[in-house]
Amino acid sequence: MRLPPELADELISHAVADLPNECCGMIGGRHGVATSVHRATNTEASPFMYVMDPRQQMQLMDAIDDAGEDLLAIYHSHTRSAAYPSRTDVELAFFGQTLYLIVSLADRDAPEIRAFRLRRDQPAESAVTEEPVEILEP
Amino acid sequence: MSTVRVPPVLRAAVGGVRELSVPGSTVSEVLEALYSAHPEVRSQLVSDDGELHRFVNIYVNDEDVRLQEWLDTPVGESDTLLILPAMAGGASAAR
Repeated sequence: MRLPPELADELISHAVADLPNECCGMIGGRHGVATSVHRATNTEASPFMYVMDPRQQMQLMDAIDDAGEDLLAIYHSHTRSAAYPSRTDVELAFFGQTLYLIVSLADRDAPEIRAFRLRRDQPAESAVTEEPVEILEP
Repeated sequence: MSTVRVPPVLRAAVGGVRELSVPGSTVSEVLEALYSAHPEVRSQLVSDDGELHRFVNIYVNDEDVRLQEWLDTPVGESDTLLILPAMAGGASAAR
Protein backbone atom coordinates (compact mmCIF):
# COMPACT_ATOMS: atom_id res chain seq x y z
CA MET A 1 0.00 0.00 0.00
CA ARG A 2 1.04 3.61 -0.52
CA LEU A 3 0.90 6.02 2.36
CA PRO A 4 1.11 9.84 2.12
CA PRO A 5 3.67 11.16 4.63
CA GLU A 6 1.10 13.12 6.64
CA LEU A 7 -0.88 9.92 7.22
CA ALA A 8 2.27 8.06 8.24
CA ASP A 9 2.88 10.88 10.74
CA GLU A 10 -0.71 10.56 11.96
CA LEU A 11 -0.26 6.83 12.60
CA ILE A 12 2.91 7.48 14.59
CA SER A 13 1.27 10.37 16.46
CA HIS A 14 -1.61 8.10 17.46
CA ALA A 15 0.78 5.38 18.62
CA VAL A 16 2.70 7.91 20.73
CA ALA A 17 -0.46 9.53 22.09
CA ASP A 18 -1.80 6.21 23.37
CA LEU A 19 1.42 5.16 25.12
CA PRO A 20 1.96 3.16 27.23
CA ASN A 21 -0.88 1.25 25.58
CA GLU A 22 -1.31 -0.07 22.10
CA CYS A 23 -3.40 2.06 19.77
CA CYS A 24 -5.69 0.87 16.98
CA GLY A 25 -7.69 2.20 14.07
CA MET A 26 -8.50 1.88 10.40
CA ILE A 27 -7.03 3.22 7.19
CA GLY A 28 -9.32 4.00 4.28
CA GLY A 29 -8.19 4.50 0.72
CA ARG A 30 -8.65 3.95 -2.94
CA HIS A 31 -6.67 1.81 -5.36
CA GLY A 32 -4.10 0.95 -2.73
CA VAL A 33 -3.41 4.57 -1.75
CA ALA A 34 -4.33 5.56 1.80
CA THR A 35 -6.56 8.61 2.01
CA SER A 36 -7.79 8.59 5.61
CA VAL A 37 -6.71 7.45 9.07
CA HIS A 38 -9.46 6.80 11.62
CA ARG A 39 -8.39 6.57 15.23
CA ALA A 40 -10.35 4.13 17.38
CA THR A 41 -10.43 3.25 21.06
CA ASN A 42 -8.55 0.22 22.34
CA THR A 43 -11.05 -1.13 24.86
CA GLU A 44 -8.32 -3.24 26.46
CA ALA A 45 -6.25 -0.13 27.24
CA SER A 46 -3.24 -2.40 27.43
CA PRO A 47 0.41 -2.29 26.34
CA PHE A 48 0.08 -5.91 25.18
CA MET A 49 -3.31 -6.20 23.51
CA TYR A 50 -5.84 -4.28 21.47
CA VAL A 51 -9.54 -4.83 20.92
CA MET A 52 -11.17 -2.10 18.90
CA ASP A 53 -14.35 -0.68 20.42
CA PRO A 54 -16.99 -2.64 18.45
CA ARG A 55 -19.40 0.30 18.17
CA GLN A 56 -16.64 2.46 16.74
CA GLN A 57 -15.65 -0.42 14.52
CA MET A 58 -19.14 -0.53 13.03
CA GLN A 59 -19.29 3.26 12.64
CA LEU A 60 -15.87 3.50 11.02
CA MET A 61 -16.50 0.62 8.63
CA ASP A 62 -19.74 2.34 7.57
CA ALA A 63 -18.01 5.74 7.29
CA ILE A 64 -15.28 4.30 5.05
CA ASP A 65 -17.93 2.50 2.98
CA ASP A 66 -20.11 5.62 2.74
CA ALA A 67 -17.12 7.71 1.62
CA GLY A 68 -16.63 5.34 -1.29
CA GLU A 69 -13.32 4.21 0.16
CA ASP A 70 -12.00 0.72 0.76
CA LEU A 71 -10.86 -0.50 4.14
CA LEU A 72 -7.19 -0.71 3.20
CA ALA A 73 -5.78 -1.61 6.58
CA ILE A 74 -6.47 -2.19 10.24
CA TYR A 75 -3.64 -0.69 12.23
CA HIS A 76 -2.27 -1.07 15.72
CA SER A 77 0.94 -0.32 17.53
CA HIS A 78 3.57 -2.48 19.16
CA THR A 79 5.01 -0.32 21.89
CA ARG A 80 8.16 -2.24 22.63
CA SER A 81 8.48 -4.99 20.02
CA ALA A 82 9.14 -5.03 16.30
CA ALA A 83 6.54 -4.23 13.66
CA TYR A 84 5.92 -7.89 13.02
CA PRO A 85 2.70 -9.82 13.75
CA SER A 86 2.58 -11.74 17.01
CA ARG A 87 0.88 -15.09 17.35
CA THR A 88 -2.08 -13.22 18.87
CA ASP A 89 -2.23 -10.94 15.85
CA VAL A 90 -2.50 -13.93 13.53
CA GLU A 91 -4.96 -15.87 15.68
CA LEU A 92 -7.34 -12.90 15.78
CA ALA A 93 -6.96 -11.85 12.15
CA PHE A 94 -10.53 -12.32 10.93
CA PHE A 95 -10.06 -9.85 8.11
CA GLY A 96 -8.03 -11.91 5.68
CA GLN A 97 -8.63 -9.59 2.74
CA THR A 98 -7.49 -6.49 4.63
CA LEU A 99 -3.94 -5.49 5.47
CA TYR A 100 -2.85 -5.41 9.08
CA LEU A 101 -0.49 -2.49 9.56
CA ILE A 102 1.75 -2.33 12.61
CA VAL A 103 3.48 0.76 13.94
CA SER A 104 6.41 -0.11 16.17
CA LEU A 105 7.74 2.33 18.72
CA ALA A 106 10.44 -0.07 19.90
CA ASP A 107 12.91 2.55 18.71
CA ARG A 108 11.20 5.80 19.59
CA ASP A 109 13.63 7.74 17.41
CA ALA A 110 12.89 5.60 14.38
CA PRO A 111 9.30 4.30 14.38
CA GLU A 112 8.72 1.45 11.98
CA ILE A 113 5.62 0.89 9.82
CA ARG A 114 5.05 -2.45 8.13
CA ALA A 115 1.96 -4.16 6.71
CA PHE A 116 0.97 -7.79 6.44
CA ARG A 117 -1.73 -10.01 5.11
CA LEU A 118 -2.65 -12.43 7.88
CA ARG A 119 -4.45 -15.74 7.36
CA ARG A 120 -5.55 -17.33 10.59
CA ASP A 121 -6.83 -20.38 8.67
CA GLN A 122 -3.40 -21.16 7.23
CA PRO A 123 -0.50 -23.09 8.76
CA ALA A 124 2.00 -20.89 10.60
CA GLU A 125 4.56 -20.87 7.80
CA SER A 126 2.09 -19.37 5.31
CA ALA A 127 -0.09 -17.31 7.67
CA VAL A 128 1.93 -14.09 7.38
CA THR A 129 2.72 -12.36 4.09
CA GLU A 130 4.37 -8.96 4.17
CA GLU A 131 3.08 -6.31 1.79
CA PRO A 132 5.28 -3.31 1.04
CA VAL A 133 4.37 0.06 2.54
CA GLU A 134 5.59 2.90 0.35
CA ILE A 135 5.71 6.29 2.05
CA LEU A 136 4.97 8.79 -0.71
CA GLU A 137 7.04 11.92 -1.32
CA PRO A 138 5.62 15.07 0.34
CA MET B 1 -37.17 -14.80 8.16
CA SER B 2 -34.85 -12.36 9.89
CA THR B 3 -32.32 -10.28 8.04
CA VAL B 4 -28.62 -11.00 8.51
CA ARG B 5 -26.32 -8.11 7.66
CA VAL B 6 -23.08 -9.42 6.25
CA PRO B 7 -19.94 -7.31 6.79
CA PRO B 8 -17.51 -7.08 3.87
CA VAL B 9 -15.17 -9.57 5.51
CA LEU B 10 -17.76 -12.34 5.24
CA ARG B 11 -19.35 -11.42 1.92
CA ALA B 12 -17.18 -13.71 -0.20
CA ALA B 13 -18.39 -16.62 1.92
CA VAL B 14 -22.04 -15.85 1.15
CA GLY B 15 -21.77 -15.08 -2.56
CA GLY B 16 -21.04 -11.38 -2.26
CA VAL B 17 -24.37 -10.15 -0.88
CA ARG B 18 -24.73 -7.53 1.87
CA GLU B 19 -27.87 -9.00 3.44
CA LEU B 20 -29.51 -12.39 3.63
CA SER B 21 -32.91 -13.59 4.78
CA VAL B 22 -32.33 -16.46 7.20
CA PRO B 23 -34.89 -18.54 9.16
CA GLY B 24 -34.65 -19.10 12.91
CA SER B 25 -36.25 -17.83 16.11
CA THR B 26 -33.04 -17.51 18.15
CA VAL B 27 -29.51 -16.32 17.37
CA SER B 28 -28.34 -19.92 17.56
CA GLU B 29 -30.95 -21.11 15.06
CA VAL B 30 -30.20 -18.26 12.66
CA LEU B 31 -26.48 -19.01 12.80
CA GLU B 32 -27.03 -22.74 12.21
CA ALA B 33 -29.26 -21.96 9.21
CA LEU B 34 -26.60 -19.59 7.91
CA TYR B 35 -23.87 -22.22 8.34
CA SER B 36 -26.00 -24.81 6.54
CA ALA B 37 -26.54 -22.51 3.57
CA HIS B 38 -22.97 -21.15 3.59
CA PRO B 39 -20.58 -23.63 5.26
CA GLU B 40 -17.55 -21.36 4.80
CA VAL B 41 -19.06 -18.91 7.28
CA ARG B 42 -18.83 -21.54 10.01
CA SER B 43 -15.10 -21.97 9.49
CA GLN B 44 -14.62 -18.22 9.85
CA LEU B 45 -16.73 -17.77 12.98
CA VAL B 46 -16.47 -20.98 14.97
CA SER B 47 -13.46 -21.97 17.07
CA ASP B 48 -11.86 -25.41 17.09
CA ASP B 49 -13.97 -26.24 20.15
CA GLY B 50 -17.15 -25.80 18.09
CA GLU B 51 -18.21 -22.65 19.91
CA LEU B 52 -18.72 -19.22 18.37
CA HIS B 53 -15.33 -17.51 18.59
CA ARG B 54 -15.20 -15.23 21.60
CA PHE B 55 -13.91 -12.39 19.41
CA VAL B 56 -16.98 -12.51 17.16
CA ASN B 57 -19.73 -10.12 18.22
CA ILE B 58 -23.39 -10.58 17.33
CA TYR B 59 -25.94 -7.77 17.45
CA VAL B 60 -29.70 -8.04 17.13
CA ASN B 61 -31.13 -4.66 16.15
CA ASP B 62 -27.81 -3.08 17.19
CA GLU B 63 -27.95 -4.60 20.69
CA ASP B 64 -25.07 -6.86 21.72
CA VAL B 65 -26.45 -10.36 22.37
CA ARG B 66 -23.78 -10.93 25.05
CA LEU B 67 -25.74 -8.40 27.10
CA GLN B 68 -28.97 -10.28 26.42
CA GLU B 69 -29.43 -14.04 26.30
CA TRP B 70 -26.37 -14.73 24.18
CA LEU B 71 -27.12 -17.42 21.57
CA ASP B 72 -30.61 -17.94 23.03
CA THR B 73 -31.55 -14.32 22.32
CA PRO B 74 -34.87 -14.32 20.43
CA VAL B 75 -34.86 -13.17 16.81
CA GLY B 76 -38.13 -11.97 15.29
CA GLU B 77 -39.26 -11.86 11.69
CA SER B 78 -38.47 -8.18 11.31
CA ASP B 79 -35.22 -8.23 13.30
CA THR B 80 -31.77 -7.59 11.88
CA LEU B 81 -28.81 -9.62 13.03
CA LEU B 82 -25.29 -8.31 12.49
CA ILE B 83 -22.20 -10.48 12.69
CA LEU B 84 -19.08 -8.51 13.50
CA PRO B 85 -15.71 -10.21 13.95
CA ALA B 86 -13.50 -8.11 16.22
CA MET B 87 -10.52 -6.13 15.13
CA ALA B 88 -8.09 -7.32 17.77
CA GLY B 89 -4.60 -8.59 18.44
CA GLY B 90 -1.52 -7.30 20.16
CA ALA B 91 2.10 -7.89 20.92
CA SER B 92 1.56 -10.06 23.99
CA ALA B 93 2.66 -13.37 22.51
CA ALA B 94 5.73 -11.79 20.93
CA ARG B 95 7.25 -10.98 24.29
